[in-house]
Amino acid sequence: MLRQIEGSKAIAETVALCRPEVVCAYPISPQTHIIEAVGAMVKEGTLAPCEFINVESEFAAMSVAIGASATGARAYTATASQGLLFMMEAVYNAAGLGLPIVMTLANRAIGAPINIWNDHSDAMAVRDSGWIQLFAESNQEASDLHVQAFRLAEELSVPVMVCVDGFILTHAVEGVDLLDQSFVDAFLPPYEPRQMLDTEAPVSIGAMVGPEAFEEVRYLAHLRQLDALERIPAIASEFFEATGRESGGLVRPYRTDDADTVIVAMGSVLGTLKDAVDARRDLGERVGVLGVTSFRPFPSEAVRDALASARQVVVIEKAFSIGAGGVLSNDIAIAIHHEQTLLRTVVAGLGGRAITRRSLEKVLEEASRDELATLTFLDLDRDAVDRERARMQATRRSGPSAENLLRDRATVAPKVRA
Amino acid sequence: MTSQRVHFYQVGSFAVGNRLLNEEERTIQAQADRTNSIDSGHRACQGCGEALGARYALDAAMRATNGQVVAVNATGCLEVFSTPYPETSWRIPWLHSLFGNAPAVATGVAAALRAKGKKDVRVVAQAGDGGTVDIGFGCLSGMFERNDDVLFICYDNEGYMNTGVQRSGATPPAARTATTEAVGPEPGNVFGQGKDVPRIAMAHDIPYVATATVADLHDLERKVERAMEFHGARYLHVLVPCPLGWGSPSSETIHIARLAQESGLFPVFEAEYGVVTSVSHIRRPVPVEEYLSRQRRFNHLFGANPRPDIVAHLQAMADENIARYGLIAPEMEHSS
Repeated sequence: MLRQIEGSKAIAETVALCRPEVVCAYPISPQTHIIEAVGAMVKEGTLAPCEFINVESEFAAMSVAIGASATGARAYTATASQGLLFMMEAVYNAAGLGLPIVMTLANRAIGAPINIWNDHSDAMAVRDSGWIQLFAESNQEASDLHVQAFRLAEELSVPVMVCVDGFILTHAVEGVDLLDQSFVDAFLPPYEPRQMLDTEAPVSIGAMVGPEAFEEVRYLAHLRQLDALERIPAIASEFFEATGRESGGLVRPYRTDDADTVIVAMGSVLGTLKDAVDARRDLGERVGVLGVTSFRPFPSEAVRDALASARQVVVIEKAFSIGAGGVLSNDIAIAIHHEQTLLRTVVAGLGGRAITRRSLEKVLEEASRDELATLTFLDLDRDAVDRERARMQATRRSGPSAENLLRDRATVAPKVRA
Repeated sequence: MTSQRVHFYQVGSFAVGNRLLNEEERTIQAQADRTNSIDSGHRACQGCGEALGARYALDAAMRATNGQVVAVNATGCLEVFSTPYPETSWRIPWLHSLFGNAPAVATGVAAALRAKGKKDVRVVAQAGDGGTVDIGFGCLSGMFERNDDVLFICYDNEGYMNTGVQRSGATPPAARTATTEAVGPEPGNVFGQGKDVPRIAMAHDIPYVATATVADLHDLERKVERAMEFHGARYLHVLVPCPLGWGSPSSETIHIARLAQESGLFPVFEAEYGVVTSVSHIRRPVPVEEYLSRQRRFNHLFGANPRPDIVAHLQAMADENIARYGLIAPEMEHSS
């Protein structure tokens, strides 16, 4: 049913259709509206049987999900940013134990400086944890992906993280076609665990594994992710057959067939990118977009195929590895592995800075003239950076950089200014 | 259920408790049909108090629930020595996740059981003192505050023994550990305020809180059985001497646990909904020296350069416990 609805609410209602048996959460912006809505449904009894646990930290949230999943319950939680980092040890543990937990990550920057707005630093921080990471482009996809995520997680006994851009998607109200219960029940069979705590058939779960088998256990986890490379498109196409909607899958090419330059990105920025590409196409430039939906497992083959004829690849990233460069770019470079292709990284949208169509068109323009540097930062205020660098060199005790920059920008109240 | 009527004291002689008791009063551990939740063959050190305590506690929990127990374990000695895969000592469903999250994992297990309508299956979570009073404390307090249906057992050996005997929040003052060496003017662990988790648990007003030692296994079993009569959050704090970390002979584990109780350093009591309901009285009061001098971790308080000042400080702590809980029975006070 098509409804004008907030992204978080659409996600919550879809999660409820998946009949989770244990939902646990600790509030953090911008994830709050999701768990508030699920909590209300449990409280009023429309989502039952389901236990909603208000925990005391994200570390506890993931731990409760681990206990519930190991007991054979379908478990769900949601977090963002600092919360993901606070639960990181348990995030790795859930994957290591092979527990099919589904978690929404309302993507948000990581401090310091503390910042509640969107970027992808949080998701990148756990890319090696063994979780499947799917990035939603729109609220329709964000909502649909949750049904696919439970199905995928439970088929493979691997946890799945649905990455949804914080605020940009979670707090945006737009039209979302919500699934109905009968469809979800048919699409997502009841959870049949591969392993569980059962008094009738006791097993020990979580034993120490030494050098004699650790590598094999890790390799098996890798194989399960490779299996996911098969299952993700299969599930997406089954979903498409039933709904007519292209949600999920590994990658999503847009006007790439004859493209000289292809822009690669993940998440909500893809919409703006497509508009920018359309505008440049109108000017006769051969540009296209490749959206990466599945970041883990990384679909190297699909990426290679989609970029095969591109002369130049520009990766727009909402995160970067400080001191190195692009994170997604690295995976792209390994996937295409031919030196003739020009690979450019544009770091953009950090801490919620708006990625405008105008800025993107400027990137495309520079790209068309082969003027893009290997690594650039979109809309960077170079003067502000230079001023702070100068201060740091002139005075030993130049003070905290973040606050200095804010003072320069005059966004601090005048009274506070020195 | 009132406290145990039979007063039988193991005295370190050859007398074996069960032999002197009527069959129905013998320990669950003495029954041929006990579960054997933790099977033999594990890798615990000789004389390990934790292995002993866990075996009694879990078999008692199994008895109390008709065999319907799921165990959650924090990282630590108990986890490591019980599951050297492909061998496992656990004959009950058992899950180890992390060091600091056992209470939350147990909450998750309990929630799943509730959602699935498995009312008869109960959850026991276990951790050492590190996993309880330090790294797991946030999760533990959350579990208490929500009154989640979990019995949490802390096997307290007063330090991080699995990693090589480092100080924990439960290490007693003056004790030597690898991170509180017996050097300098104030050798061993600092005299802080301590972190008395049984009292903190009571402050949450949860249904049941108790302490026990491996010196009185009848009492330990009875307290586990009592705990399983309640629903909601329950906490059992068991003192389990560690021959390795405490520097005591393996054969002395029970004796030292008894001296901890009889000196007043480790009060044994139980409480319901935040109120103390029974206290194990000290039968034969002993000065703290008797307890301390048997352990190498307190060696620096005695011998060539004795520190009677520190011993007196520890005695004062014991006396405070004795006064707080009324550990000396009134009739004994008359006779002394």
